[in-house]
Amino acid sequence: MTRVTLQALLSHWWRSPMQLFTLLAGLALATALWSGVQAVNAEARASYAAASATLGEGSYDRLLRRDGQPIDQTTYVALRRAGWLVSPVITGRMNGIRIVGIDPLTAPGAIVPVDVISDVDIDRFFGTKGLLFANADVAALLPDQDVIVVPDTAPNTAVTDISVAQRLLNRPGQIDSLVVVPRQPARQGDLAGVAPDLVWQRAQGGTDVGQLTDSFHLNLTAFGLLSFAVGIFIVNGAIGLAFEQRRPVVRTLRALGVPLRKLIVLMAAELMIFALVAGTIGVALGYGIAAFLLPDVAATLRGLYGADVSGTLQLRPVWWLSGMGIALGGTAIAASGALWKISRMPLLAGAQRRALSMAATRAAQQQAIVAGMLLIGAVVLVLTADGLVAGFALLGCLLIGAALALPFLLDRVLAVASTGAKSITAQWFWADTRQQLPGLSLALMALLLAMAANVGVSTMVSSFRMTFTGFLEQRLASELYISAENPAEAGAIAAYATTRVDAVLPIQFVQISIAGQPTEVYGTRDHATYRDNWQMLEGAVGLWDTTFAGRSILVNEQLARRGGLNVGDHVTVQGQTLPVAGIYGDYGNPIGQAVISEPLFAALFPDVTPQRFGIRIAPASAPDFVTGLVDSTGISPSQVINQAGIKAVSLEIFERTFTVTTALNILTLAVAGFAILMSLLTLAAMRVPQLAPAWAMGMTRAQLGRLELLRAVLLAMLTAVIALPLGLALAWALLAVVNVAAFGWKLPMYFFPLEYARLGIFALLAAALAALWPARRLARTPPADLLKVFSNER
Amino acid sequence: MLLNVENIHKIYETADGPFAVLRGVALQLDHGQTLALTGESGSGKSTLLHLIGGLDTPDQGRIVLDGQEMAGLDDNGRAALRRGTVGVVFQQFNLIPSLNVRDNIAFQARLANKYDPVWAKELADRMGLTPQLTKYPEQLSGGQQQRVAIARTLAPKPHLVLADEPTGNLDETTAATVMDLMLELVSQTGAGLLMVTHSDALAGRMQRRLHLRAGQVA
Repeated sequence: MTRVTLQALLSHWWRSPMQLFTLLAGLALATALWSGVQAVNAEARASYAAASATLGEGSYDRLLRRDGQPIDQTTYVALRRAGWLVSPVITGRMNGIRIVGIDPLTAPGAIVPVDVISDVDIDRFFGTKGLLFANADVAALLPDQDVIVVPDTAPNTAVTDISVAQRLLNRPGQIDSLVVVPRQPARQGDLAGVAPDLVWQRAQGGTDVGQLTDSFHLNLTAFGLLSFAVGIFIVNGAIGLAFEQRRPVVRTLRALGVPLRKLIVLMAAELMIFALVAGTIGVALGYGIAAFLLPDVAATLRGLYGADVSGTLQLRPVWWLSGMGIALGGTAIAASGALWKISRMPLLAGAQRRALSMAATRAAQQQAIVAGMLLIGAVVLVLTADGLVAGFALLGCLLIGAALALPFLLDRVLAVASTGAKSITAQWFWADTRQQLPGLSLALMALLLAMAANVGVSTMVSSFRMTFTGFLEQRLASELYISAENPAEAGAIAAYATTRVDAVLPIQFVQISIAGQPTEVYGTRDHATYRDNWQMLEGAVGLWDTTFAGRSILVNEQLARRGGLNVGDHVTVQGQTLPVAGIYGDYGNPIGQAVISEPLFAALFPDVTPQRFGIRIAPASAPDFVTGLVDSTGISPSQVINQAGIKAVSLEIFERTFTVTTALNILTLAVAGFAILMSLLTLAAMRVPQLAPAWAMGMTRAQLGRLELLRAVLLAMLTAVIALPLGLALAWALLAVVNVAAFGWKLPMYFFPLEYARLGIFALLAAALAALWPARRLARTPPADLLKVFSNER
Repeated sequence: MLLNVENIHKIYETADGPFAVLRGVALQLDHGQTLALTGESGSGKSTLLHLIGGLDTPDQGRIVLDGQEMAGLDDNGRAALRRGTVGVVFQQFNLIPSLNVRDNIAFQARLANKYDPVWAKELADRMGLTPQLTKYPEQLSGGQQQRVAIARTLAPKPHLVLADEPTGNLDETTAATVMDLMLELVSQTGAGLLMVTHSDALAGRMQRRLHLRAGQVA
């Protein structure tokens, strides 16, 4: 019995290949978007884990120079002699590859190459040429070096002995940091006495880059989920329509003696087989999407956070299993309603037709009530939301509530529109459009979500870009930036420049803790560059005057939020208590920052001397000044950076960041367009009995086809009108709630009417294109098919 | 005794309140017997047929089919009864649109594990369906579809055939041909036949006739 019943069930799909394609394609696309995003996330996280294992990043305490400059070799020797078990590390880039130099004899054993080195010929390791450890990709890029392939090494990284690294990086005798071995001897010299210019950086229990990039991945995951939700609407629609069409067959099967329970189990099994097939296709497509996105994501993460992520994708069980899981789970969710209906469906069709119709009306009312409750929940969350979970709950209530409310809203709009219809054709058109709503509502919900996601994400991204561009203008106000290699060179640069330019602005900082947060404190010279360009989010009257007078401090938004600081609160800097006079926006910076006056900085940190300078000069005079400076002081031209170059690099990084979201936007909209096409095609067969009477009464088939096209565009247009405020609400939630919780700063929201208009036109085009084929088919329906509706034999 | 129906009551909930469709109906049928069930629209004919076929359950009374008390059967038991003991010919044919004629004829017999290819072929031949075996229901006329439905019902050789206005959708000539074939084949299998009809002519061809009026035997 099982085989025969299954054969009968499957024969439906064989005879309705388009419906099967809709189902498989919808589910495959939903899975592809989800697993693609998950693949990118998994690859990036695996890269951080490898970086952590390779370099011990975040796992060990470190000693760093207070002023961020390299540690002198003599300081390292002094510490070892004083009994400190520390190990030197140097990092730098050679041809884009991160070179990490360690001392294998003193480094802690958990750092990856250290345990590998024990198997390597010691002469080869310490030989003049030196030996490097890297994964196969990096090894291929270093043909001139002696490289041992260690697959677990961090991506784009080669690890070697510190002396080899110093030679390769052309930084002889320099050390960037000292790793503190966890078990230290009982007796040691006082750190402050032996190395007063070093600060102790505590391990953070996880990788630094991992924590910094979590927010980025969170946004990607949210987008993946949103895309999957769009896909699930498609699958739900496809399954719902398929079950609706098979309702008579199900009755016949039961009447012929197939038990209800067996029928439901077989239908569920049938769908799970489809979910497995579609899931496999989806995961393969997701792999393609991830491979396409990964280079841009890798560039973004390197640019924003300095995190190296492998540019090539591996087939990791984490994401393909989650892809299959989401395909099976999504199908189960989408099918559960349809299967429940089947289980409640009376065997005899006619007996309860009225009851079924009443049940459908009740379901529509219940959907509107649930939508209303979710939207009220969203309003409550708008007023109270604080934190990431509440932010995402707000997004969920908003999007699902709006999607569920859509059929009700469209029905009301169409009802109002129909009252103004004069001609009988117009009256029929409005009435028929209302009748079509239930069949199209899931596809329209998918379109609504896709459009709202587009409006929301593009508003967020464009606001981010505008704010960041403005921020670059204010923070990179100096025309030139010059770095010195040592204090003597810094002195020479300052001496040469002071009389030849409008202003020399020293850039100097130390890393300390303020309000319990790691913070870079800058000592800043009193100059109009700061007063004119820096935009404060909050500030006291005369904040620059009091700060430059050494009586107050300015903090960035991240430090204010994480340290719970407001204007007027007091903080302690190296024993000196200062009131917070202002809070400034500091986009793209993951850690706390504060600004005090140059004299106060010099008093609190007398050992720190500036080795970087911002130069204010008329742009036309800059080339001559640089030539003179290089000739006079002997510095390398590469030590001078033009402000325009920095801005260009920063903007390029941001453009690449948002390539990812743009690509996902386009994919989501394409999926929604596909949903409309498939719904219209599936409904096409059911439309014939509805349209045949209109044809019989004098409307031409071409006229009916045109009206079908008009109907799809009209419904898409109404959906777009509703999607706009929803998308703006989504953008607000992302900028004001989720972004604050994830990144630590709030962005101002800008509006981009032209972009929204363009998106609206795209959506209408997508709807028109999707409706074109079904409308054309309808316009060419043979009269014989239309006549069958009136045939006695039907 | 093939079928014994005693004091059957059935009430439906309607917008105007409860409506008693059947009020104490009783009938008996033996193997090989034919019985016409007649009456006006709404008299309860189809409802009685559905109750006997295990498609619905009575609110009161008992139905014993082939010695089996139907009240004691759950959904699985009633489904088993429909598969093997009873065959129903519906007015609307109720063929499976995605299966061709050959598979539709074989379907119920295969469900009941009673498929006999020789008998199925004979049914197709006798019904004049052999040239149509690979066609799908939508490609057939109404008369052809009803012949497929009858062949499907008879393929597992049920003990009782229930027919709900089987020729109600057919023209007079086609209806007469289909009826002739059905009576001949039912007789050949030795099954009992209970047929709902509005047609006096068709009822006249049955051995017995039972007229329902307002849910009671008139």
